[in-house]
Amino acid sequence: MAYSDKVIDHAENPRNVGTLDKEDPNVGTGLVGAPACGDVMRLQIKVSDDGVIEDAKFKTFGCGSAIASSSLATEWIKGKKVEEAETIKNVDIVNELNLPPVKIHCSVLAEDAIKSAIADYRAKQQARGARGGGAPSNGTGSGG
Amino acid sequence: MAIKLPIFMDYHSTTPVDPRVLEEMLPYFHEKFGNAASRSHQFGWTAEEAVDYARERIAKLIGAQSEKEIVFTSGATESNNLALKGVAEFYKEKGDHIITTVTEHKAILDTCKRLEKEGFRVTYLPVAKDGRVSPDDVAKAITEKTILVSIMLANNEIGTVQPLEEIGKITRAKGVLFHSDAVQGVGKVDFDVQKMNVDLASITAHKMYGPKGVGALYVRRSKPRVRLVAQMDGGGHERGMRSGTLNVPGIVGFGKAADIMAKEGKEEAKKLIALRERLHTKLTSALEEVYLNGSKEHRLPGNLNVSFNFVEGEAMMMAIKDVAVSSGSACTSASLEPSYVLRALGVGDELAHSSIRFGLGRFNTEEEVDYVANLVIQKVKHLREMSPLYEMYKEGIDLKSVQWVAH
Repeated sequence: MAYSDKVIDHAENPRNVGTLDKEDPNVGTGLVGAPACGDVMRLQIKVSDDGVIEDAKFKTFGCGSAIASSSLATEWIKGKKVEEAETIKNVDIVNELNLPPVKIHCSVLAEDAIKSAIADYRAKQQARGARGGGAPSNGTGSGG
Repeated sequence: MAIKLPIFMDYHSTTPVDPRVLEEMLPYFHEKFGNAASRSHQFGWTAEEAVDYARERIAKLIGAQSEKEIVFTSGATESNNLALKGVAEFYKEKGDHIITTVTEHKAILDTCKRLEKEGFRVTYLPVAKDGRVSPDDVAKAITEKTILVSIMLANNEIGTVQPLEEIGKITRAKGVLFHSDAVQGVGKVDFDVQKMNVDLASITAHKMYGPKGVGALYVRRSKPRVRLVAQMDGGGHERGMRSGTLNVPGIVGFGKAADIMAKEGKEEAKKLIALRERLHTKLTSALEEVYLNGSKEHRLPGNLNVSFNFVEGEAMMMAIKDVAVSSGSACTSASLEPSYVLRALGVGDELAHSSIRFGLGRFNTEEEVDYVANLVIQKVKHLREMSPLYEMYKEGIDLKSVQWVAH
C-alpha cells in the first residue's frame, strides 16, 4: 500500500512532538488507544487564560498514518479556541491525509485524543473553579 | 564501496533468480520451446529431457529415491492444496482426521478449514514459546482415524525449524502419512525425505533463487506408496496427479536452482548465520528492550525476527523505507490482526505489533548488514523519542497496570 505524500511528510517530519507538564493546570492531557491494538496517542494542549490553545504536543506509538494523524491534529488545534478545536472531526483528517479505509481508525483515534485532552483540561479548570482562573465555562455551547 | 539502495532483506517472501539459473532457462523460451508432452517429435523430446533432468536434480536435493516422485505444480500453494485435498479424498474411507499446527502457512490452514467444511476433522497442535511443536503432542493426537500429519519444515515468519525427524518416526510407526510444507527450509537446513520419513513435501523454486510460478510436490512411491486424487482435470500429465502443460523454462530453472542449493547450500548457510548474528548483536548491543522471536537454536540461517518494544512495526518499516523487510504488525495486514504466528508463541500483542522480520539471503553483504543495523538503531531511537510508551517506561510506569482506553 502506498502512502500519500502528506502522510509521508508528517511521519518523516512530525510537528510538535514532545511533552508538556501534565501537572500544569492549564495543560490538558489525552491518552487514547492501547498497546495491544497497535496504537497509543498522547496529545497535550496548553490553554491560555482566554481559552486559546497556545501550544500542543503529541507522542504516538503507532503506524505512519497514526503518527501523521496526531501530528496534523496538533498543527490544526494550535492557535484555535478550545471550542473550535472541539469541532475537528476525523473525516477532516481522513480527507486532508488521504487515508485509505483501513487507516480510518487512526483518524478516529486522533479526534478522540483531542477530545480527551480538552476534557482533561476542563476537569482541571473545574477542580480549581473557586480561584476564578478565567477559563470559559462549559455552558456556552460550541456550535459543533 | 557505496551501498546500493534499496536493500533487499525480505528473502522469505521471494528471492531474485540467480543469474546462473536464468542462463539455463533462456534457451527454453524460444529455441527449445517444445511441449514436454509431445511424444512424437524432437521438440517434445528435447523439452521432456530437460524436465526429467530437472526432476532428477530436485529429487537429489531432497533425498528422494526416484525422480518419478517429483510432481510439478504452479507453486507451493498448489502443492499444499494437492497434498492435503488429494490425500484426504483418496483416503477418506480409511479415516477423516488430519493433524497440523497453528503456525502453518495459510495455504495449509485454509486448506484444512475447507476440508473441515467437507466433514474432515482437523487437530491444530499448539507450539512452544520457541515455535516448535512437541513430537509427543503429535503422537498423542494420532487416532485410528488419522490419515495425515502435515507439519512445516521451517516457519516463514520466525524461521523456527520443526523436529521433522522425530515426528517422522512417529508417523511411520503408526502408519500415518506425513506431509511437510518444506518451502522455506529446503537447501537451507537439513531436509531428507528418507531420513525424516516424509511421504509428501511441498517446495517452490522462487524461494531458492529460481523463478516464480513453479513448484513441486514430492509424492513417495514406495514404502509406502502414496496415492492421491488429482484436484484438476485434464490431460493426465504428471502421472495423472496434476494435469496441465508443463512450464518447461520454469522447471529448467527450478532444476538448476536445486542443483546450486545442493552444492552450495551448506556453505551459504554458514555465511548467512554469520550475517544474521552480526545484525542481531549490533542491534541488541546498541538498543534496550529488543526481543528475539522464535528459537535461537532451531532457526533458518537467514531469519532474524525481533520486536523493538515501544515502536510499532509499520512505522519502523516506513522509517527504514530503503530497506525491504516485513512486519507482524497488524497495520501491515488487511485484517488489522497482528501475526497469528507470534500470537501462537505467546508473544503479547504489543510486541507482535513491534516485530520486524529481516530475511537475509544469497546476495546480502556484510556492508549491507552494517548499514541496516546502523539505520535501524538510529530509527528505533528516533521513534522511541516520539513514543508515549517509551516515555512511560522510562518513568518507571508499568504499562500493564495502565487502564487503556481501547477504541
